[in-house]
This record gives sequence, C-alpha cells and structure tokens, in this order.
Amino acid sequence: MDPFTQAFVVGGVATRAGRIPQVLSVLGSQDRWGGIKARWGVGRMDYLVEPGLYALNSPDETSPVLVTANYKLTFDKLRSALGGLNAWILVLETYGINVWCAAGKGTFGTEELAARIGSTGLAEVASHREVILPQLGAPGVAAFQVKKLTGFKAVYGPILAQDLPRFLAAGNRADDGMRRRSFPLGERLVLIPIELVSALKFLLPAGLIMLLIAGLFGPQGFWADALRYGLFSIVALLGAVFAGAVALPLLLPWLPGRAFAVKGAAAGAVAALVLAVTLRIIRVGLLDSVRLETAAWMVLVPALASFLGMNFTGSSTYTSLSGVRKEMRWAVPFQVLTGVAGLALWFCSWLAV
Amino acid sequence: MKSFVYLKNVATLSLDREKCVGCGMCLTVCPHAVWIMDNNRVRIGDLDQCMECGACQINCPVQAIKVETGVGCAAAVINSILPWAGSGCCSLDSPINGGQRVAAD
Repeated sequence: MDPFTQAFVVGGVATRAGRIPQVLSVLGSQDRWGGIKARWGVGRMDYLVEPGLYALNSPDETSPVLVTANYKLTFDKLRSALGGLNAWILVLETYGINVWCAAGKGTFGTEELAARIGSTGLAEVASHREVILPQLGAPGVAAFQVKKLTGFKAVYGPILAQDLPRFLAAGNRADDGMRRRSFPLGERLVLIPIELVSALKFLLPAGLIMLLIAGLFGPQGFWADALRYGLFSIVALLGAVFAGAVALPLLLPWLPGRAFAVKGAAAGAVAALVLAVTLRIIRVGLLDSVRLETAAWMVLVPALASFLGMNFTGSSTYTSLSGVRKEMRWAVPFQVLTGVAGLALWFCSWLAV
Repeated sequence: MKSFVYLKNVATLSLDREKCVGCGMCLTVCPHAVWIMDNNRVRIGDLDQCMECGACQINCPVQAIKVETGVGCAAAVINSILPWAGSGCCSLDSPINGGQRVAAD
C-alpha cells in the first residue's frame, strides 16, 4: 500500500532517500475515533499503519529516529506524545500488534528492524547512526546485533512514549522511573472496555441459552419460567462480568491473593452476595427452591469471575508464563468443578418447587 | 504506589555470574528492576518481580542469562491447548514466525 494514501499523512519531506510521508503530532478526529473503537475491540486486529519511515513534523538529517510498531493506536500515542518535536518514526511490521506483545513474539525483532533500516534507506536520511527503541521492544531485539547488522546503534528509550521528550532533552538518558513498568489505575481503566466486550461475547449468549433452558424445562409454563429463572440468570451473569471485567481491573491491588483467579473469585463472591440478597427480596418466602437457586449463583458467579480474572493476566504488566501455568493447574479444575456444581444446583432448584 | 508482585518462586530466570561482563544492559531493559549491579557484575535482586519477558536474555552480549520466555497470559495457554490456533496476542505460538522465541508445551 502507498503510505501517502493514509488519511493521517499530511504531506511529504524530501530526503536523499526520496520523499518521506509526513505526519503531525496533533491527532485528528478520525485518529481519536479509531482509537476509541480499538479500545472497544472494533476493528482492533486490523488497525494498521503501513510499515516504513515517517517524518514527524519537520525533521532534518540530525533529528532522532524513533522505532515503533504498526498498531495505529501505538503509532498515534507516540506521535501525540512528542508535541512539536521533529523526529523520524520508523514503523516496523508487527501485524497490527503493540510493541510489547510483538516483541514477545519476535515480530518486533532484530531481523525486522535491520531489514526495515535497510529498505527505508535510513542511512541516507539520517546523518547520525542511532535509533531509539521503546524499552518494551527489548524482548525481541538484541541491541548489540543491530549494531553489527546495520551500523546503527540501538538505544533503549523509556517505556512510555510520554517520557520521550524528557529522555531526549536529557541527552538520551532515562531515569529509573522511566524504566519501571507500573500498572496504575488509569492504565487499568482503559482496559475495561475490551475486557467487557470479550466477556459479554460469550456470557450474553450463555445467558440467552439459560433463559431458553429455564423456559423449556422449568416447573411452570415457558414464559413464566423464562422470566422467573431465565431473566435472573442474565442479571447474575452480568454480575459475574462486572466482577471479573470491571471490578477486578479497578481493584487489582486491593483484592486478596496473588493469583488472578483468586482475585476474580473474591470479586465474584461479593457480587454473589449482592445477588443472594436480591433473590431474598424478589422471591417470596424462603422455600427450598429459592435456597437452591441462591446456592447455585453463590457458586457460579465466583467461578465465572475467577475465570475472567484469570484471563486478565494477559492484559496485566507483571505476570509470567510460569506463574500463569502454576495458577491454571489448580484454578481451571476449580472453575470447571464449581461451574458444573452450580449448574446442577440451578437445575435442582426447579425440582424442589 | 508499591509494585505488584505475582506468584512467588516460579520465575525460571537464572544467571551465570562467571560470564557476566558488567555491561549493565540487563538493568536497562528489565521493566521490573530485577537486576542489581554488584562489584561490576550483576546479580538477581528480586526474582519474584521477573515476568519472563526475556529482554535481558536476548540483550546479554555474553549469553550469561537464561530464562524460559513466554507471555503470562491465561488466554494464550488455553488457546495453545484448544484444537484451533489462537490468533494475534493471545497465542503462545505466533502464526507469524512459527513461535520460535516463545516457549510452548
């Protein structure tokens, strides 16, 4: 694809390696809307920038070269963080994946960087021999090999693009804070939409199926049962989604346990208590049937929230594969057993009517 | 804010201190300050902060560091077991490069 046809390219900058597409650090409404959609999972997997070299504002041959991934959200975050600075942005082909994940897979890697430095003619564009990589690109790039392969010295910049102006102003020096990956509330907050979307994608259909099952196999007529048991199922599942996909990211540091499955189950237990109280209020009389239905959700909601919480490991910034495997060895059997037990209790609640 | 700590004593990170040349590259790339410079050679400070990203291993010029790298992502582990291949981030084996760098079993 011709990089000049992309909507965010505003012109071109002439260099010895030809005309380089020019972008600005101010995002347009299309960029911002695209970013919001990506956060909600809409078109997220093909939100791309054409790989290659870009001119940010009006760089010259002495301007710094910043390397990034071709996920558009990443590219936009980088250019908007740089304000009025002039720089070259070298976009690697990471297939629309962010820097850290792509580095883990090796697509943001030594080979791709070396090849891209060659194919863009960077040595003719820049008079210096230095590229600045995001620190989180390090799992994929061997800096000492880049130097051998291309003659360019690979320097690791800060983790966050927002720290780049300070890094550059300090003569390419990062302080300790720039090198530490934290996970503050704001960063956890922006992940909630995508967590919600991926949880609802399978729990809403599950809710509808439970509504149908309640209607078909319940003790009374179809609509009476679908409304009585089925509708509450959907409410309860939404409670589990809220616990696992909203409360867990928000309250991550304060939820008990180190394992995410435990944190999720804890958030789910609170949601289950709220649901139990709700059942106590809306169901007349404390019949065996209501007791069983309450027990069912007291078991099912923590199990589901535990599963959703466990899946948040991939969005977090500090979990290891060894740790996730260790957690899953007991958590998955626990979730399956409690899930099955909960469903069995839910069925049994009708028999006790 | 205090830093998050995941499960204890699970990280597979190890160091051959004899090989270390004290270049400090691992201190630069580590996002969780696992490494400490001690008498011109590094040592592992806080193993429980290690998330096995592998940044230090690949950037060590003398191969003094070993770690079984991978993404700490439950969805990726599940996808690696399921019959259909995971796509994008949530897979242990990358469909793009054959997942050579990413441990999977």
